[in-house]
Amino acid sequence: MDTEILSRIQFAFTIAFHYIYPPISIGLGVLLVIMEGMYLRTGNKIYENITRFWIKIFSLVFAIGVATGIVMEFEFGTNWATYSRFVGDVFGSALAAEGVFAFFLESGFLAILVFGWNRVSPKMHFFSTIMVSFGSMLSAVWIVVANSWQQTPAGYHIVNNGGFLRAEITDFWAMVFNPSSVDRLLHTLSGAWLTGAFLVLSVSAYYILKNRHQDFAKKSIKIALSLAVFASLFQLFTGHHSASGISTNQPAKLAAFEGHYNTSPAPLYLSGWVNNREQKVEFGIAIPGMLSYLIYGDTEKPVKGLNEFKPEDRPPVNLVFQSYHLMVAIGMALIGISLLSLFMLRNDFLFRNKLMLKILLISVLLPQFANQLGWISAEVGRQPWIVYYLLRTKDALSKSVTSGEVIFSLILFALIYALLFVLFLFLLDRKIKHGPDDISGADAVYSEYKEIFQKN
Amino acid sequence: MDLNIIWFILVGVLLTGYAILDGFDLGVGALHLLTKGDEDRRISINSIGPVWDGNEVWLVTAGGALFAAFPDVYATVFSGFYTAFMLLLFVLIFRAVAIEFRSKQESKHWRNAWDIAFSISSIIIALLMGTALGNIITGISLGPDKEFSGTFLSLLNPYSLMIGITTTALFMMHGSIYLVMKTEGELQNQARNRVNNTIIFFSICFVTVTMATLIYYPGMAAHFKDYPVFFIIAILNMLAIANIPREIHLGRNFRAFLSSSATIGLLMILFAIGIFPNLVFSNPNPEYSLTIYNAASSQKTLMIMLIIAIIGMPFVVSYTVIIHKVYKGKVRIDETSY
Repeated sequence: MDTEILSRIQFAFTIAFHYIYPPISIGLGVLLVIMEGMYLRTGNKIYENITRFWIKIFSLVFAIGVATGIVMEFEFGTNWATYSRFVGDVFGSALAAEGVFAFFLESGFLAILVFGWNRVSPKMHFFSTIMVSFGSMLSAVWIVVANSWQQTPAGYHIVNNGGFLRAEITDFWAMVFNPSSVDRLLHTLSGAWLTGAFLVLSVSAYYILKNRHQDFAKKSIKIALSLAVFASLFQLFTGHHSASGISTNQPAKLAAFEGHYNTSPAPLYLSGWVNNREQKVEFGIAIPGMLSYLIYGDTEKPVKGLNEFKPEDRPPVNLVFQSYHLMVAIGMALIGISLLSLFMLRNDFLFRNKLMLKILLISVLLPQFANQLGWISAEVGRQPWIVYYLLRTKDALSKSVTSGEVIFSLILFALIYALLFVLFLFLLDRKIKHGPDDISGADAVYSEYKEIFQKN
Repeated sequence: MDLNIIWFILVGVLLTGYAILDGFDLGVGALHLLTKGDEDRRISINSIGPVWDGNEVWLVTAGGALFAAFPDVYATVFSGFYTAFMLLLFVLIFRAVAIEFRSKQESKHWRNAWDIAFSISSIIIALLMGTALGNIITGISLGPDKEFSGTFLSLLNPYSLMIGITTTALFMMHGSIYLVMKTEGELQNQARNRVNNTIIFFSICFVTVTMATLIYYPGMAAHFKDYPVFFIIAILNMLAIANIPREIHLGRNFRAFLSSSATIGLLMILFAIGIFPNLVFSNPNPEYSLTIYNAASSQKTLMIMLIIAIIGMPFVVSYTVIIHKVYKGKVRIDETSY
């Protein structure tokens, strides 16, 4: 195999593995702020138990996120040196901002969050929780800005630098607020909130099913469910906004999302299989004219098809079509599960309904799948470009790296990530089975009257 | 002073911050197996427990700053030292796993195995970092396209490996002083004895490396000849090293730690003066060297990043100080420990 395909495989593998963790940190971070805020407000020890328990999970997830994140930062240089030379000037400021503003904030206050219960005042601890949560979202901001710039470059010009072309920044804010960054950031963040919320829902449902830590689990569910309902509905809005943005900024990507070849009024597929040779969607279930309607508010308006683009400028259609549609389907399912659970919360029916609890238990995987599929749609949909219409992926490789070296590193990554993943599951399982430490003694209800939620 | 020089200094500051901070936790790791008994080893690991993760962030940020300020250096070095960097990543992750995993099972064999993993990976990281610095001094083979044209084995030359060993010795000294600061009783006595041994080990390495540099790479001394005032830094460095055993003897452990931090900082300054204005020296064909001018981002980007750094740096310094203040004093093992 050649260096290009090996480097693509390695990048895809390492980024996909990395992206299991940051969404959990971001989502769980928001929930920790709510949980600890409830504790400070009510003084009810149960919320301290909840917060302490989820901080343990958070620290585990965060540690793996950092370790696999270092790999990503190195890989731009090791495997994609030509790309690094081309984008360094633009990408640089975003990355510098991420390092200075976000990484130090997160990792610094994390030390207090995890190890500081007995060393700082409750207010200082709460402040640290807020800072860690804020920092984790801030790192999402800068990395999504950099990635969005690759999708929709803005605020730059191309300069000849000692015989090599590269992009140089002309307008920092135009680069930051490039046409797709806000939509994609909100879409990414709400995906992350869903990931955190469904992790808490799943573990809590497990406790209720096992008849353990009932009070703990019910309160956790209420907190997580409020975020899940908000994020799943918000995701619908940001998803729609992103798709309309793509129709103007990256029409070839949108055409691939829907397997749309000829410029004409376009249907919205619910599912199907793209036959690239015959240029049609087989076994498709579609709403006629719906895509045109969603974008232009008119079912008759033509949408640009793939045939408007040269064959060498098109992404692999069926992969993008499938990942995009699966992502949308999961998004819809998450809305359904969230709303149904909320409805069933009346009279605590949810806590007695084994079926729904089992659904919650397994649905921890759904946002994870949706996140991965969404990134596949976004990144494979951008191909063959690494920077849209400026640099092709195949031209972005490191020139001094041989395929043998990449095979070696790929094997190393396969080994260490297998070890990391086993470690993660093992520790997660232990922490969940161990459950929250019960530190709620007689004083657990010392300020019951202040509670916001009624006791169950 | 132009923006390129400012960024040369800032990247240097980040790398120095990394060397001082991760230096002591790598040093604690390198010496870990010398500590016997499970309780003492737990104290050893937990002395760096709350901070090692944050210390590594300095590496991430230094890498990011290099990418942003000198993209050609980042691209050339990371792709040229491909296998070395992959090994570095592997041991960095492996070490993190070892710290997290070690105390999760009671079994003696389990803990012993992870102790070994923790210690060896700490040593390899220090060695690799030092060897990389060594190759910047010896120079690597670059083409007119700014690409590395040597092999992995050519990076493992005797001089660079010697710098690698010196770095390891330096971190061991730094880590042992940190342990003296963080421990008490019998464990502290052991650590204190180790400070003396590691100072001797480091001093021997340091003298050897200095002689080798002056003989084989006299270019590193060129700026010192032109500006004799820089000799003050070399003298301060000597004084900082000599001050360590004195402070330890007087029981002023924190001052000893500051002294060894100063040693690391001054060594980095000596290194920076030596290579200036090159970032990657090309050997042979010095005309292909990557300098702070031909490998830099545009003036506009350097300016934007400077503004970001000026806004952000006070925050970074204050968090670092706050965190180290919170964890000041001796290690306490509680339910949140490793």
